[in-house]
Amino acid sequence: MTTPASFLTEEMRKQAIGQKSAPRSIDIEKGAIIKFAQAIEDDNPVFNDEMAARESRYGGLIAPPTFLRSVGVDRPEYPFDMPFNRLLDGGSDWEYFHPVRAGDRITAISEIADINERTGRMGLMIITSIVVTYRNQFDQIAATQTSTSIRY
Amino acid sequence: MADQVYWDDVTEGMELPEVVKNPTTQQLVKYAGASGDYYQIHYDQGFAKNNDLEDVILHGALKNAFLGHLVTKWIGPDGDLKRLIAQYRGMDIPGTPVTAKGVVTKKYQENGANIVECDIWLENEKGEKTTPGSAIVALPSI
Repeated sequence: MTTPASFLTEEMRKQAIGQKSAPRSIDIEKGAIIKFAQAIEDDNPVFNDEMAARESRYGGLIAPPTFLRSVGVDRPEYPFDMPFNRLLDGGSDWEYFHPVRAGDRITAISEIADINERTGRMGLMIITSIVVTYRNQFDQIAATQTSTSIRY
Repeated sequence: MADQVYWDDVTEGMELPEVVKNPTTQQLVKYAGASGDYYQIHYDQGFAKNNDLEDVILHGALKNAFLGHLVTKWIGPDGDLKRLIAQYRGMDIPGTPVTAKGVVTKKYQENGANIVECDIWLENEKGEKTTPGSAIVALPSI
């Protein structure tokens, strides 16, 4: 694919920044936490073993740090046509405020924090910084995740 | 219960105990199911090749999870993970091991908490850091 030298204008950046997704809420199930811990091959008892987790200061199972990814939050929509369909994940920056427990109801919203373009070995790339805020049923922010998405 | 590391015993330059992972295509499918990330570049070789990739690749988020494992294992039952950063610089393919490593870069007290900062990364068989990152944790004091 031949890519143009430039795609994003300053106007498009301004339109995109602040765009939010619809909220997505899910109930955090014990089985889903255990299945996730097994998939990443992390045998920590607080993620896997209800009896052992009850003895911990959490008093029950908690989710591994990157489990919230499985909430499956929607991406914010770009307010313009996005011709770059191929997608790579550039990285994540997580901040944690409250543990996520089995039985919690988590509501996630994502928002475009920044958007830029860059030319790399795969041609022109659109780099979007998206902040996901995960709140629990007590309206506490459990965690935020700033991820970098690369479209090319 | 697991061993507990205490802030008092941590020194700058101290290495975190390594966590070795041997991801397979089966693990990528398990992770796809557990995380809900069904992007085909992680299990469909033809799809991956059509996306200019040499093979199916590990989910960046799975590598992020490996780094989370490294840090939560080290801080023990009474440590708190405050921040976890991972950058997916190089691609990793199933069938080759990756090792999660880390080193303490800074320790200090802030607002009554005993904080430790670490550089963390995943290293491939060639010793290349495919997934550099960092972590901030709070540890109990003796």
